[in-house]
Amino acid sequence: MSAPIRNSSDLDRAQAAGEATRHPQRLKVLVGSASCGVAVGAREIESAASSTVQELGLDAVVCRTGCIGFCGREPMLDLVLPGGLRISYGNMTPEKARQLIAGYAKSGDLQPAWALGHFHNEELVSTGEVRTYSEQSVGLKGIPRWSALDFESRQKKVILRNCGLIDPNSLNETIACGTYRGAFRALVQMEPDAVIDAVAESGLRGRGGAAFPTGQKWRLARQAAADRKYVVCNADEGEPGAYMDRTVLESDPHAVLEGMLIGAYAIGATEGFIYVRNEYPLAIEILENAIDEAEKHGLLGENIFGTPWSFHVTVRRGAGAYICGEETALIESLEGHAGEPRNRPPYPVTAGLWGKPTVVNNVKTWASVAPIITRGAAWYAKMGTKRTPGTTIFSLEGCVKNAGLVEVPFGITLRELIYDIGGGIVGDRPLKGLQAGGASRGCIPPSLLDLAIDTEDRDGETIMIGTGGIIALDDRACMVDMARFLVGFFLEESCGKCVPCREGSKQMSHLLGRISEGQGTPADLSLLERLAKTVRSAAFCGMGSMGSNALLTTLTHFREEFETHIRDKKCPAGVCRIGRGR
Amino acid sequence: MVTADVDLVLERYPNASRDSLIPILQDVQQAHGYLSRDAVVRIGAHLRLPASKIYGVATFYNQFRFQPQGVNHVQVCRGTACHVKGSAAILDAIKRELKIDIGQTSRDGQFSLEIVACIGACGLAPVICVNGDFHAGVSTKSVAKIIASYRKASQNDKSENS
Repeated sequence: MSAPIRNSSDLDRAQAAGEATRHPQRLKVLVGSASCGVAVGAREIESAASSTVQELGLDAVVCRTGCIGFCGREPMLDLVLPGGLRISYGNMTPEKARQLIAGYAKSGDLQPAWALGHFHNEELVSTGEVRTYSEQSVGLKGIPRWSALDFESRQKKVILRNCGLIDPNSLNETIACGTYRGAFRALVQMEPDAVIDAVAESGLRGRGGAAFPTGQKWRLARQAAADRKYVVCNADEGEPGAYMDRTVLESDPHAVLEGMLIGAYAIGATEGFIYVRNEYPLAIEILENAIDEAEKHGLLGENIFGTPWSFHVTVRRGAGAYICGEETALIESLEGHAGEPRNRPPYPVTAGLWGKPTVVNNVKTWASVAPIITRGAAWYAKMGTKRTPGTTIFSLEGCVKNAGLVEVPFGITLRELIYDIGGGIVGDRPLKGLQAGGASRGCIPPSLLDLAIDTEDRDGETIMIGTGGIIALDDRACMVDMARFLVGFFLEESCGKCVPCREGSKQMSHLLGRISEGQGTPADLSLLERLAKTVRSAAFCGMGSMGSNALLTTLTHFREEFETHIRDKKCPAGVCRIGRGR
Repeated sequence: MVTADVDLVLERYPNASRDSLIPILQDVQQAHGYLSRDAVVRIGAHLRLPASKIYGVATFYNQFRFQPQGVNHVQVCRGTACHVKGSAAILDAIKRELKIDIGQTSRDGQFSLEIVACIGACGLAPVICVNGDFHAGVSTKSVAKIIASYRKASQNDKSENS
């Protein structure tokens, strides 16, 4: 059963086996079973589907897949018809699932009213192959093409390439979509330096927020002389509002493992760690299964692809500390210490885990690597902006109509994200602001919607949306409350090492509390500003300055609202409980 | 019983070094529900670390508890997306319903309450999680029902067992 995969004909064999389960010669019912789907009843949908198939004695299979990104429409169920055409349904219930399957079995009825769209083609990003499926099937009338949906049409999937297309627990199915072809080419046909050259030429930058050029990071680690080196995947996705890393791990874990394998070969590491938040139990389970499967088939472990090369990966669970998303704090935590950041330099590429050269990259970065090897650096560099080629993932949340995960090239504007892809604001209410790119970025006004998204802030041109969470705030949000919430978050997460962050956050939180309760004075506001600036410049690490950053940004853009709370003792949005007691 | 649980975990980490500390703490908490003083001392002996060092690490991380948790463990997401959709009011409603504060366990041992920085299901906000099961799009009204259903389930368990 678990024959090792050593060469390209072994990969071909696994591909054929995966293709057979991806597109069987009978009806396939596919249930979106990542955490978001499970949270709203995917398991109940699955058992309703299974029992319907059984009761009616249908020639059909019921399978699980990961997340296709349309979180606001979960639970989702898809029908894959014999021949490969796939129709996607949203907001399912067990009853609707029963009716849909029974109706299709009886008369071929595809219930267009419940359908979100159908997939007339599919691009296998890793190989570039595009498959087209016949739309001649009966009953498609009234079901739009998936690729024509507002939510989908602007997207360009690289990181999420196989998410929602495969069973994440099936190695064969991911191989059927081209996974491990990049690792095969790198390990068998390329010198490590050539791999690094390709990644450097692609222009890939770290997707964790800091946007350091990945090729350069790898080269520094390769050049560092040491007896051992490590690669680490940072999956400690602690940023509130961001859950794309979880989705990738739950939907296509081998994309990350393949990237790490290629990176390890490039820098000369034989051991890797994946540091995953403990709050992501399903991601951990799927990832551990994927590692097992890869080891059984010789894609991890000793003598990969029959080469002398070996690479072992271990999953480590985080223990609930936002700061551990910072790479040196993460390394401290891996070593068994409290996650307090280290002084830099030395940087982890020269002295990281146990003092050895270590490359730490984010989930999205690792998952971007393999297609660069299979499709070429030039293909990748064509997407995105000059400074930041390629794609990244945003999560659209809050008061946006189409909530979910979207992958787009850099250079897209916030307006396109919110209004074109996101469909605008629920109830067509006015947009008051965005909390975008991580808690530290504070709240920004709609006047910045037309800036292009990149990895740096250039006045009037580009805006950096670090960690990708975009929370739309309508006119019912209060910016004083938001500032209080964000500062409170950093107060809670302060590690306590330095005074400015530990005590400063506490005082800022106290002053914001007074203002939101209608007891603030004009002097409080200027004190707050001075305090925030002091904390920002005096804190030991980046996180120490984040709370004050969040506050100062929000204050810059929404000062009037703070002043109204102080002068009129009123919360215009009616959120703060002024005069109503706490 | 505590020692048996802890020893069972420690057996899986022979010749362990410092970097196994957090995985060991996680496994012990999983087996036993919390980190008791005895457990911390035993882990210290196994890793040749003073208990004070272990407490230093364990208290740094949000995950570790030093008191037993309730039969039903309620986690309320306080991430930004959930906040925008009213999680502060949800938390208040749950506190009132359970008559406990964050980090506490109810007197009958049935419920404990914890807040989580972000559960990572932001598209479905506001979200709470009971015993690992997610509940999406909750309201101040629906949380009372959710809690009642868990209360009923554990009362049924009790009457079946007795």
